Amino acid sequence: MLSKQQVEHIAKLARIQLSPEEIEKFQKDLGGVLEYFDVLKEVDVTGIDAMMHSVDLQNVTREDIPQPCSEKIVEQLLEAFPEKTGRYLKVKSIL
Amino acid sequence: MESLAKLSIRTIHEKLVHREISAVEIARMHLEHIENTDQEFHAFLTVTADMALEQAALVDEKIKEGQEIPLLAGIPCAVKDAILVKGVRCTAGSKILENYIAPYDATVIARLREQGTVLVGKTNTDEFGMGTSTENSAFGATKNPHDLTRVAGGSSGGSAAAVCSGESVFALGEDTGGSIRLPASFCGVIGLKPTYGTVSRHGIIALASSLDQVGPFARNVEDAQTVFDAISGKDPLDSTSVLYRYAPLQEDINPKKIRIGVPKEFFAEGLDSQVEKVIRDMLAILEKGGAEIHEISLPNAPYALAVYYIINTSEASANLARYDAIRYGVPAQPKEAATDEKLFHVYMNNRGEKFGPEVKRRIMLGTYALSAGYYDAYYVKAQKIRTLLKQDFDRAFEKVDVIMGPTTPFLPFKLNERTADPLSMYLADLFTVPVNLAGLPALSVPAGKVGELPVGMHIIARAFGEPLLFQAGKLIENAWNF
Repeated sequence: MLSKQQVEHIAKLARIQLSPEEIEKFQKDLGGVLEYFDVLKEVDVTGIDAMMHSVDLQNVTREDIPQPCSEKIVEQLLEAFPEKTGRYLKVKSIL
Repeated sequence: MESLAKLSIRTIHEKLVHREISAVEIARMHLEHIENTDQEFHAFLTVTADMALEQAALVDEKIKEGQEIPLLAGIPCAVKDAILVKGVRCTAGSKILENYIAPYDATVIARLREQGTVLVGKTNTDEFGMGTSTENSAFGATKNPHDLTRVAGGSSGGSAAAVCSGESVFALGEDTGGSIRLPASFCGVIGLKPTYGTVSRHGIIALASSLDQVGPFARNVEDAQTVFDAISGKDPLDSTSVLYRYAPLQEDINPKKIRIGVPKEFFAEGLDSQVEKVIRDMLAILEKGGAEIHEISLPNAPYALAVYYIINTSEASANLARYDAIRYGVPAQPKEAATDEKLFHVYMNNRGEKFGPEVKRRIMLGTYALSAGYYDAYYVKAQKIRTLLKQDFDRAFEKVDVIMGPTTPFLPFKLNERTADPLSMYLADLFTVPVNLAGLPALSVPAGKVGELPVGMHIIARAFGEPLLFQAGKLIENAWNF
């Protein structure tokens, strides 16, 4: 079980507005799953490397050549903006 | 429709080439079938009838001109609604992308288009692939065609149901922890999760990037092989894709020579006894046919589910940060007077209003696991146990060619049976997640039934072991002829 404050803190970090009912439900839900994660405490991982990827890839690079993007795709991307002024995306102020 | 519902891709291809049927006729039959039956299953979120008929007409033109056509030309395909198809809505099962129109094709779609595949529509999925039943889709659950009171499995449940019900000849899904194999098992079709890196992830709506892989649903193993051949290969647009060219094994394997490992951890507590019986019976048939059965152990497999949900939620919380309904998607109505609303509140409101409960739960879990003070205890520890799990598989494959067990611990469950408790839903992935963590290929093949409900055999091979995997799958397909 997580505290109300813990859930509110995580929700703020995750940028998700929760209702009071949701906060109460997530205290229980998240607490339950985190408790389940505790099973990993019994595994000894001394000297074991963390695996970041299943395929052994080294740095993957390619030539830095600009690829043209058709005006039509640009139009479609602009079209998807919920709010815009001309070709600019409109957002609320930060402060 | 009946006349086509059981045919393989190759047989339909022959009929097209010999002009027994046209691509437009095939497309029409499938579109009509979707229109007449899909209200029962709810496999589709969007039907792309105009596009399908256009693509089919192009194929017919080529045939008329006497051109050679690829195997997948004119073959209807359904696509999970987390894979971008240019000009078509792509929701990922979420309200936040309800009106999002994809501006480009995923690489797998571009490859299918080159072949002349006919795309009939986009299929239902749990929101952002988070679920094992499609009950987390914002647009309602997909029902199991074998029993409409039960789930089709998830997250790619729409694709599985579409192939099962004959609405499509094959389908594409995406598997992060079992999202292809589990619904394939529940619906009684073939489902392949390829080796990580063999299929491009460009244009796929990401859930957990180190685990996600696209793969086919099909009516038989040969069809799955055909589709894998078409969609796999290096893509400059996905830096995690590897140089790989699929080549089938030249000869059908002699079952006398195949060594099958059966992990005792996959037959432990929690496995439904009826499912176990179907799997044990099939293994006995294979053994009678001459296969060597070895009991093996994957000692870290019991930890895989916890490891998986830490990695899945952590990567998901990062991947889903982009959904703020600012650059695309549907913004929430401002709750406060619009003038003093700040960007922070826009994020909070959009995401709070548009994400469903499971997506919120996973983003929160991942955010917690990655937050200061917890990162080492959860994420790093999980990645270390992931290494141990991979070592378990490496050791097992020194002694056996493939590993077999049940795809899922239980039969397709009733709608709403598991929605109240997230952990009980997660348990459906118990046997499938170790494969994603280790990056291996695996196939689910129907192995029998309990009443009307199908049971899938889960076959796991070494990384890039798809050719052997398909052969092992065919052994099960043909097992009844031993």
